[in-house]
Amino acid sequence: MIGHSLTRGLDRTALLVIFLLLAVAVLVPLFNLYLPPSSPLHVPSYVVALIGKYLTYALLALSVGLIWGYCGILSLGHGAFFALGGYAMGMYLMRQIGTRGVYGNPVLPDFMVFLNWQELPVAWWGFQYFPYAMLMIVLVPGLLAFVFGWFAFRSRVTGVYLSIITQAMTYALLLAFFRNNFGFGGNNGLTDFKDILGFNIQAPETRAALFAASAVALALGYLICRSIVYSRFGKVLVAIRDAESRTRFLGYRVENYKLVVWTLSACMAGVAGALYVPQVGIINPGEFEPANSIETVVWVAVGGRGTLVGPIIGAVLVNFAKTWFTTGALAPYWLFMLGGLFIAVTLFLPKGIVGTLAGLLRRERRASPSEAEAPTPNSEPPPSGGPVVNPSAAE
Amino acid sequence: MNEKAKNALLYLDGVTVSFDGFRALNELSLVIEPGEMRAIIGPNGAGKTTMMDVVTGKTKPDKGEIFFDGEIDLTRLDEAAIASLGIGRKFQKPTVFENQTVWDNLELALSGPRGPFSALFEVPSAEAAARIEEIFGIIRLGDRRHELAGSLSHGQKQWLEIGMLLAQEPKLLLVDEPAAGMTDAETESTAELLREISKTKSVIVVEHDMTFVRALDVKVTVLHEGSVLSEGTLDHVSDDPRVVEVYLGR
Repeated sequence: MIGHSLTRGLDRTALLVIFLLLAVAVLVPLFNLYLPPSSPLHVPSYVVALIGKYLTYALLALSVGLIWGYCGILSLGHGAFFALGGYAMGMYLMRQIGTRGVYGNPVLPDFMVFLNWQELPVAWWGFQYFPYAMLMIVLVPGLLAFVFGWFAFRSRVTGVYLSIITQAMTYALLLAFFRNNFGFGGNNGLTDFKDILGFNIQAPETRAALFAASAVALALGYLICRSIVYSRFGKVLVAIRDAESRTRFLGYRVENYKLVVWTLSACMAGVAGALYVPQVGIINPGEFEPANSIETVVWVAVGGRGTLVGPIIGAVLVNFAKTWFTTGALAPYWLFMLGGLFIAVTLFLPKGIVGTLAGLLRRERRASPSEAEAPTPNSEPPPSGGPVVNPSAAE
Repeated sequence: MNEKAKNALLYLDGVTVSFDGFRALNELSLVIEPGEMRAIIGPNGAGKTTMMDVVTGKTKPDKGEIFFDGEIDLTRLDEAAIASLGIGRKFQKPTVFENQTVWDNLELALSGPRGPFSALFEVPSAEAAARIEEIFGIIRLGDRRHELAGSLSHGQKQWLEIGMLLAQEPKLLLVDEPAAGMTDAETESTAELLREISKTKSVIVVEHDMTFVRALDVKVTVLHEGSVLSEGTLDHVSDDPRVVEVYLGR
């Protein structure tokens, strides 16, 4: 049953996307590790780290695209789930430092020793174990999303009001994590990581593995989103997006559907954050900054809302542009460009890059002479799941 | 609860709803028998749509009883629960899922489990497909199945929405102005369609169009200022001097 559910959305586009992501997962690390720097195909390590970061952003964008594009939930606080997943990973990495810290305390991370703490806070217990940390990466964002969604969707908070409270949620977390006595490193956050699963986190091989893990996670996230969107669940999501009260009158508990997809999306964002942290080497409260969440929404809008490839392409393109422009003479103007980009996309490409291209392609196909004649019902392929039937039976 | 309520499919007694002091429904009492088709008419603001809102759970009454199928108290349930009990609703303005195909619209409406997880892991069944085909036979949109519902004409959307109602397999259909904006021929066949449906299900039709109500040929309830003004055959209510005064006479 689950097997069928996963393969349901696998058409040509989906297979191509997954193939490309897996190819990137294999080839980039290979070209980085085994080609000499003199080779034209050699990928320098800083590029591996950069693209690895983009891939985790893409996974975050995908999680936002799923709820915004398919269920109409505009989250302006998804960075919070990303950051929580990142913190969970950061806590594991902190506990791996052990006696190699400045103060050499085998249990307490440096900042706790500095604050004169004697014992490890309960929230940190178990984080020395990798499987436990992995569980928390999904569970903590998921649980927060579940509780938040439970109240918000049950009270039928929708539209801009929901967006505002998501923003408030991430801001509240930002303030909490900034405090030293909250127990997560205050404004310095968590950094100075040494190794992950026993491998040196700075080693090119580890970086390559983290890169590959990010690409595979993105491919898996895409596959999951695709299977959701192509199930009846996905059709109900779109129905909720377009006509929420009509969906209720069909007997669907809208709040339950929203809660499931919202929680799942938060878990995906958490995984993205967990892959992000070891690649950039730090997590601090700045990740809860509301502006980060808004930037994610811009990536989705640029790439194409209501598609799954769109958020991935949007995240990579915008971040590539960000890297490009913020390292040159244009650096001071980057935020203006980002704002301008959002306005331009809203005005001229309301469906984003992917949505607009798909529309053009469809029009082209319709205009081509071979298929210009109106297809009769007989010649049309059956819908997914629908049988081929004699249309005269419907007369 | 009295005997009348137990035998009725839908029973409203003394239902009152006010919005900011305006009484949309004022001690409304109405009984629909199993298998009955009823037409409800009345001038604008008579409470026709509010009546549908309280039955389907969109609005909670301030006062009064609403029972379905003898003993189910509808005032305690939400929209989804009431829909699952077998009360389907067609809105005044046709409301279909415009960005999805005609087929998908019917599939979404098809009766069956409504939980998120069953929808997530559901495998499309031949049985469901056969039922959709059956509905296509009734609403005659089979050749538009792969088109987006948004591309249908106004009349076709009305029909699709009636098809979605049928797919829900309700015991009671609430139909709000099904003939609005239809051509004469479409109105005619819609009346025919509703008569056909009423052979197996109870139907409440709210309508302005008198020709349409006459074509339905059923018991008529006239609402005025939130309560029942008159009830009986169309000829009977047309002769009622109070009805003539508030509605037909205008």
